[in-house]
Amino acid sequence: MQRAYPEKPEQVYFFGTCLIDLFYPEAGMAGIQLLEREGVKVIYPQQQSCCGQPAYNSGYDNEARKVAAAQIACLNEDLPVVVPSASCADMLRHHYPDLFAATPLHKQALNLAARTYELTEFLVHVCKVQLVDHGPAATVAIHNSCSAQRGMKTAQDAISLLRQMRNVAIVQQERASECCGFGGTFAVKAPDISNAMVQDKCDNLLATGANDLVSGDCGCLMNISGALEKRKDKIPAQHIASFIWERTQ
Amino acid sequence: MSRFEPATVNLEFDKRVSDALQDQELRANFRGAMDFLVGKRAAMFPDKEDLEALRAQGEAIRNRCLSQLPELLEQFEQRCTENGIQVHWAETAQEANAIILEIMHKHDATRMVKGKSMASEEIGLNHFLADHGVECLETDMGEYIVQLADETPSHIIMPAIHKNKQQIARLFNQKIEGVEYSEDVDRLIGIGRDVLRQKFFEADVGLSGVNFAVAETGTLCLVENEGNGRMTTTIPPVHIALCGIEKVVESLQDIPPLLRLLTRSATGQAITTYFNMISSPRKPDEKDGPREVHVVLLDNGRSRIYADKQLQETLRCIRCGACMNHCPVYTRIGGHAYGTTYPGPIGQVVSPQIWGLHTAGAITKACSLNGACGEACPVKIPLADLIRRLRYESNNSEPTPVPGPRGQGSLRKRPEAITWKLWALLSRKPGLYKLVLFLATRLRALAPKHIGPWTRYRSAPRPAARSLHELAAQRSQSNASSQEHGRHE
Ligand code: SF4
Repeated sequence: MQRAYPEKPEQVYFFGTCLIDLFYPEAGMAGIQLLEREGVKVIYPQQQSCCGQPAYNSGYDNEARKVAAAQIACLNEDLPVVVPSASCADMLRHHYPDLFAATPLHKQALNLAARTYELTEFLVHVCKVQLVDHGPAATVAIHNSCSAQRGMKTAQDAISLLRQMRNVAIVQQERASECCGFGGTFAVKAPDISNAMVQDKCDNLLATGANDLVSGDCGCLMNISGALEKRKDKIPAQHIASFIWERTQ
Repeated sequence: MSRFEPATVNLEFDKRVSDALQDQELRANFRGAMDFLVGKRAAMFPDKEDLEALRAQGEAIRNRCLSQLPELLEQFEQRCTENGIQVHWAETAQEANAIILEIMHKHDATRMVKGKSMASEEIGLNHFLADHGVECLETDMGEYIVQLADETPSHIIMPAIHKNKQQIARLFNQKIEGVEYSEDVDRLIGIGRDVLRQKFFEADVGLSGVNFAVAETGTLCLVENEGNGRMTTTIPPVHIALCGIEKVVESLQDIPPLLRLLTRSATGQAITTYFNMISSPRKPDEKDGPREVHVVLLDNGRSRIYADKQLQETLRCIRCGACMNHCPVYTRIGGHAYGTTYPGPIGQVVSPQIWGLHTAGAITKACSLNGACGEACPVKIPLADLIRRLRYESNNSEPTPVPGPRGQGSLRKRPEAITWKLWALLSRKPGLYKLVLFLATRLRALAPKHIGPWTRYRSAPRPAARSLHELAAQRSQSNASSQEHGRHE
């Protein structure tokens, strides 16, 4: 069942996510610029940090709750919150309400959850973007994160954005829906299993012959491109926002 | 691994995982088998909406039955008794074993044949009986193979799925007298059948599991493909059914939807070859069937699981194994690596609850929370959420209003706990957080090339020259000043 989408708002919050903040800020900027080009004013609260997911997934709920409360506080006005990562969006949208169940912040958490959107979802369903591709011909493999597929159910939105790009051919990898082995702290806590997973993912991606890899999640990107680099195979990997922004100016 | 020893689960988990990952033959066996099963299940559910409707129905039936579990169990006991089935209650694994042994003794029985029963694996029945001089033979082909190899099942539906036919051919050739090496699958099955058939006639007692226990009618339902379940429950003079207390359903009407979900999710079959319904021992005018039927209702931690509202979802499980088949971790390490009777996602949830987090909680780390298991589960158990919850319980040493699973807080590691405390502090103090960002970006040339296990297999990510915090602040400043500018013009 699809969620009900509002009319395009005048303003939104942008929740940048900690990984993008430190390692992929250009992806965050691309997301902001894509929104602004649609005439949406973007507010980036400087008080924001991390959604709290790493601790939450590791079973440190109390720590996660404190950090999450700080995010709720800086995203407090009644504006849509756009997140350029399905996994962090999933945290805000689906896990905050659980995390704050039976606490005074529950209502606010529910309210925030209802206004949270993943970037590609927001571009497709709320902004209804029409993209004009100026880039060179490209063969692209998409990696949809598990959160995009299962939590947020926005995997289709990334695909439909890329479909709008005239010069982009999308190629299918084998076992496309399988996890890349990132899983946040999983990659560190069960490194050998995680490695077995990411190696298979790399093999499947290389087999497509794609010359670009895009994903809506920087965690997966960091994992896959890091593994590719280590084994000296290379497919340039980009966040979908950067990829689209660069080709549509 | 020839014997399930709960005490070794946490201790040997990492070693088991790394051994499994290095075993290329094992990995190929699992990958092939899991891909096959995932494909077969998918073919059974061509329509996504139908599937969702059926899953919702399955979830609702199981929830309804669980919500009245105590009453249904009483009703089941009463109906069984009326039907002439003897009911026993076992609170622990030891109790269940003792009850079964006592029934054996009462009949001077020394030979048991078994249909497939994971609950009997859970209580370590085979070894217990062996220690008491009872010969106990597995008659499910997969279980038979595993028993012959002195191993435990590696999957709850397909116990020997970790072996390919060459390995089975070798095993039969070595372990069964007079059998020549043959890779012909039909021939291998034929050999197994010949051995087992004789044993059925010699056995004093047949032991089976139970898929569904119907409260309204006092009926035991058994789902199987090979006919060994039917032989086990009809040929020997005594039949013992071992049944987890959560297996009770309200009425016969609940069975068809659950059965549809079970067989399709498990092996991608629309229906199995055999579906047995047992409601009483042999009646005076009947020509076959056991003279005595016993049901052992096994708790072994289930009522503790039942007491917690969230963890209770665990008990919806109908043991189809789909979560394992869809799990990217299970696919790579196989069932034995977990070291528990129940492996894979449901095993990660159920095992630490039965045996305690302090003995089996470590297996919850083997999950990337990707959610493929919960998506496949026919009764919509949110497996990833439950795994996460158990991680929390393993770390949490603070008192909670409701007592958690056994061994709560036992896996808490001080250095890790401190790391998260620091992380929380950093992420809550915007000034501090931005300072760290500033330092990390300015000193990016000094960023470590090796960060623990991450860089064993991947290159290290490099901080950007400017953080998004900075870039966004700059942009909003320049936006503001260009607006200002526009106004002055
Ligand atoms: S948890 Fe769900 S998918 Fe796994 S065995 Fe149980 S019913 Fe099947």
